[in-house]
Amino acid sequence: MAKKETPELNASSLADIAFLLLIFFLVATTMSTDTGLARMLPPMSDSKDDDAPPIKERNVFTVNLNFRNELLVEGDWLQVKDLRAKAKEFIANPANLESLPEKTETEVEFFGLYPVSKGVISLLNDRGSSYQAYLEVQNELQAAYNELRDELARVKFRKPYDECSDAEQKAIKTIYPQRISEAEPKNYKK
Amino acid sequence: MAKFRKERKGGQQKLNTSSLPDIVFMLLFFFMVATSMKEVTMQVKIKTPEATEVTKLEQKSLVSYVYVGVPMSTKKYGTEPRIQLNDSFATVDGIQDYVLQEREGMKESDRPKMTVSIKADADVQMGTVTDIKQALRKAQALKISYSARKAQAK
Repeated sequence: MAKKETPELNASSLADIAFLLLIFFLVATTMSTDTGLARMLPPMSDSKDDDAPPIKERNVFTVNLNFRNELLVEGDWLQVKDLRAKAKEFIANPANLESLPEKTETEVEFFGLYPVSKGVISLLNDRGSSYQAYLEVQNELQAAYNELRDELARVKFRKPYDECSDAEQKAIKTIYPQRISEAEPKNYKK
Repeated sequence: MAKFRKERKGGQQKLNTSSLPDIVFMLLFFFMVATSMKEVTMQVKIKTPEATEVTKLEQKSLVSYVYVGVPMSTKKYGTEPRIQLNDSFATVDGIQDYVLQEREGMKESDRPKMTVSIKADADVQMGTVTDIKQALRKAQALKISYSARKAQAK
């Protein structure tokens, strides 16, 4: 018998099928990753009266946000755009002022003994303030920390904070730890 | 003498398309791998606020979402902001159960790294968000992220 040749398969529609699937996945796909401001909540304390030692007034940077989305920072009215500079001044306390937070000498890698500020930022908001305004404040506080860390990285390591190694970032984080406390919510009677 | 012969005798030459499926399949596999399907159908309208200092949320399997916003169908559910967990509306009391359930679904080693992303509309009042935060504290889910879009730095 004569050898039969295998008939060629018509594969021209394969491309169409593949295109169809491709277009489906193109449409269904969402590439965007979620972004946001990461925060840690304080653990719930069971007891009403906490035994924690009181924090000195000079070490606390109080930020209050009312239902009209107005800011009260350390007892003064402030615009959101001025908050970053004020927070930076508080955290770094470059002139070692009496009114700004005290510092303790701490052993830090790469830096040796370095005065680390004891400052805490306390953020209190009204239930009626808008989420948008709240996030703007959070964003400014975050920006203050990020800028300080970046400045220090540029002075010490001669490169931006993002490009520092993990150990270097850790050292900078020890000097400028992010301490934003979201105070217990309070109910104000109208 | 050189002779010029006309190559084409009318009619177009056929293009060889046999490698086209290969190329398309390659693209197809790329998108199949890179794709992540929408997990929930949104019941609430959310336009997250903008921020400049946002960080990316790593590892989607560790993230649970709490949605807050005005319901899509305002005729049915009114215009008050509501909380959405998974596919349905919920109250603040439901958050603790939701967190426990999400935590159960995770690997033992991943549980401490669990992050809750609060996706809230920019116009929502902080009261709702504060209630959610308190519920999360009760449920011991302390790592949170306020979802925000990346804005261009001024």
